[in-house]
Amino acid sequence: MTSSILRTTSQLLVILFLLFSAFLLWRGHNEPGGGFAAGLVAAGAFSLYAVAFGADAARKTMPVDPALLIPLGLLVALVAGLAGLVTGDGFLAGQWFTLSLGRDEVKLGSPLLFDVGVFLTVIGAVMTIIITLAAEE
Amino acid sequence: MTLAVMVLSGFVAAAVSPLIVRMGGRAGARVLALLPIGLFLYFATLGPDIRDGEVIGAGWDWAPDIGVRLSFAVDGLALAFLLLISGIGALVVVYAADYLKGDPRLGRFMLALLAFMASMLGVVSADNIFTLFVFWELTSVTSYVLIGFDHEREASRKAALQALLVTGGGGLALLAGLVLIAQVTGETELSAINAAGDALRGDDLYLPILLLVLAGALTKSAQFPFHFWLPSAMEAPTPVSAYLHSATMVKAGVYLLARLHPAMGGTTEWHVLVTTFGAVTMVVGALLALSQFDLKRILAYSTMSVLGLLVMLIGVGEPLAIKAMVTFLVAHALYKAALFLVAGAVDHEAHSRDIRELGGLARVMPYTAAAAILGAASLAGLPPFFAFIAKEAVIEATLETGLAGGWLLVGGLAATSAFLVFVAWTVCLAPFFGQRDRARDAHEAPPGMWGPPVLLASLGLAVGMAPVLVEDWLLRTAGEAVLGAPLKVNLALWHGLNAPLAISVVSIAAGIGLFAVRDRTRQVADAVSALVGRAGPARLYDGGLLALNVTAGAQTRLLQNGYLRFYLIVVLASFVGLVVLSASVVGVPEMDPSLRGTAFYEWVIVALVVAGALLAVLFSSRLAAVAALGLVGFGIAAVFALYGALDVAMTQILVEALTVILFVLVFYHLKSTLRPPARAQLMRDIVVAGSFGLVMTSLVLAATSNQVAEPISGFFSDESVPAAFGRNVVNVILVDFRALDTLGEIVVLAVAALGSYAMLRLQFGKDDEP
Repeated sequence: MTSSILRTTSQLLVILFLLFSAFLLWRGHNEPGGGFAAGLVAAGAFSLYAVAFGADAARKTMPVDPALLIPLGLLVALVAGLAGLVTGDGFLAGQWFTLSLGRDEVKLGSPLLFDVGVFLTVIGAVMTIIITLAAEE
Repeated sequence: MTLAVMVLSGFVAAAVSPLIVRMGGRAGARVLALLPIGLFLYFATLGPDIRDGEVIGAGWDWAPDIGVRLSFAVDGLALAFLLLISGIGALVVVYAADYLKGDPRLGRFMLALLAFMASMLGVVSADNIFTLFVFWELTSVTSYVLIGFDHEREASRKAALQALLVTGGGGLALLAGLVLIAQVTGETELSAINAAGDALRGDDLYLPILLLVLAGALTKSAQFPFHFWLPSAMEAPTPVSAYLHSATMVKAGVYLLARLHPAMGGTTEWHVLVTTFGAVTMVVGALLALSQFDLKRILAYSTMSVLGLLVMLIGVGEPLAIKAMVTFLVAHALYKAALFLVAGAVDHEAHSRDIRELGGLARVMPYTAAAAILGAASLAGLPPFFAFIAKEAVIEATLETGLAGGWLLVGGLAATSAFLVFVAWTVCLAPFFGQRDRARDAHEAPPGMWGPPVLLASLGLAVGMAPVLVEDWLLRTAGEAVLGAPLKVNLALWHGLNAPLAISVVSIAAGIGLFAVRDRTRQVADAVSALVGRAGPARLYDGGLLALNVTAGAQTRLLQNGYLRFYLIVVLASFVGLVVLSASVVGVPEMDPSLRGTAFYEWVIVALVVAGALLAVLFSSRLAAVAALGLVGFGIAAVFALYGALDVAMTQILVEALTVILFVLVFYHLKSTLRPPARAQLMRDIVVAGSFGLVMTSLVLAATSNQVAEPISGFFSDESVPAAFGRNVVNVILVDFRALDTLGEIVVLAVAALGSYAMLRLQFGKDDEP
């Protein structure tokens, strides 16, 4: 695809999409969002890049090869589950601690890490398929 | 805690051994022996406490609701095995370092060997039945790797697979048996199960449980008729045969029966089944050994025979029998491992294992010959070796047994002893004495290879002359653990002129006699061997495997013919069929299709979705059809949004968008228009799709009209903030309350992605480089 409008706008849009995806991931626990939606938005970002610049360029933009993201995401999710084992609550029991930043407090926990694992797996899975399909043109 | 660390340390060592071997070569491999030596010394320090009656244990919960724990308990029986496994393991590591010197696979070999050792240590020290099972299966897996070590050779691969399938099948049966034991007794710790023996023995399920456990034990210990994998397993490198298939892994079945004896032993079924299998194996194994010419096969069959003897003794179960069992267990491990190592040394130096080709090696391999002589004398059960004492104990046990048919056992035992004497002469005389050409080129094995067998065989002699060394802290404690009651162990070389001694003398004489007419003896043995082979379990295995492959191929060609539409039809039609079937049996539930309270905009969305579906079917352009499907998807997303499930709606919309991209990419490779379907096909599709739709609608109506229980959504919305610190209930359910389900879902996603990737690469990558 050689449309220059698509190329210019997609470069901006990809950044926006990725920011939005991180936003969705972070707010998922209290507002609509979460790992699956965030992963799909990020995958959409890279797919848009692939449509505009070609599959190889899209793969090079991704810091980690998508096929590697899949087991990485699963590993992160598993590690999040193991946190519960370490404290004795059982596998996948949520472990939380509070981080204070000046006046505000932030609650961080293993479910968030688990969501990150989901996020990575979704990106990896979708991008593996799309890039493989797109690369054969 | 230390105990668990010790048992599991083998896995850690296994993981680093390729690295160590790469850095240090043969010396590095020898260094690895330090671990089993250290373990041996550690376990030895547990001796005094165990002698005083303590059981050393440790355990951690894993899934407490179903009784799964990682727990260990070491008593006398476990200690005996632990010492054998670690001690012989150390010697085998040293031996293997020389046997595989210069072989680039040495690192991998050590990895598998040490992993096996750790698994075996786990089997004998496990207290929780699931811990036991996990380690049991691990020994099967590591054994597979070790038997098939020469994986370039088809014979190796076949033998490894055969061993894996037979012992693995037995393992499955064992799992079923263990679960049933847990159900009946309510306990999952072996120490508690052994205390609940009466409940188990009296239960209706006793016989099925016994059969299942026996299936596991008999397959692992190569008892007749599951014995055929053991001779094939001789394809493995000799250190493996010496370690796994004589001293440790095959004894796991014996260990299991011994361990469960307090809980399950003593009933008529036990006496009949276990003793019979054991006795038959004992005689058949020894008989089959007579017709073999390969050193390792001879030893394999004789091992099978001894395992049968041990099982038979556990079947008898009386104090004398148990005492004999633990004694013979230790004695056999010492001499059999030594003899296997000797066979390996001979093979390594003279390049043959066939006794018809070997001879006169004693001149050039004096130390190995010495080990062979000592080992063979033990095999024949000659005084003053420990094996003689053990054999006397066994004969005494069979003579004194209160069981009916005890005289049969005595006869079988005497015959077996005679056969084993024959075997001993074959194994010792043939390669080392006499005159053959091969001896000229051979030379003595390196010390790393004659040292271990000499050590082991000499131990057999030393303990024989001073049995008090192991009587109390090892044999008595082991026997008491098996018996579940106090035991006296008094061993000595000379018990006076009595019946066991007479029987020993007669059988030794008979054995020498058989050897004198060895050609005739071999003829008879060959005839029996042919009979067993024809009727044989090995044939059954081969036939079964072939039938399995044929059936699998046919079924796959039928059901997995490559057409997605076919798979869908099968799935949908089966679903419809099964639901209709259950409805016809349990009756159709009430359905209340009330249309009150629906707003007009909901009907608009429904109309859009229906329109989208219809258009998708009617359009003949693929892209138009995809767009119409997108209408359906967005409509559904709107429904989700209307009901407040914003996360789901969001995900649905995103999936629709990505699906469009996916479809476009796929369609690039396909024709742009769809062929209109034939009339018959159209009818079929309408029927299947229509009935599926009707069934699903009815199911949803039935589900919403009948409240069977309190909806759990109340719990989730109540607990979402206090327990899980999140206000988005859907997300909280996904990543916290039901995180395990989500973990499963992303695994499925991963597998689907990798599968698609593989299929696409296979299809497209045909002309490209990988």
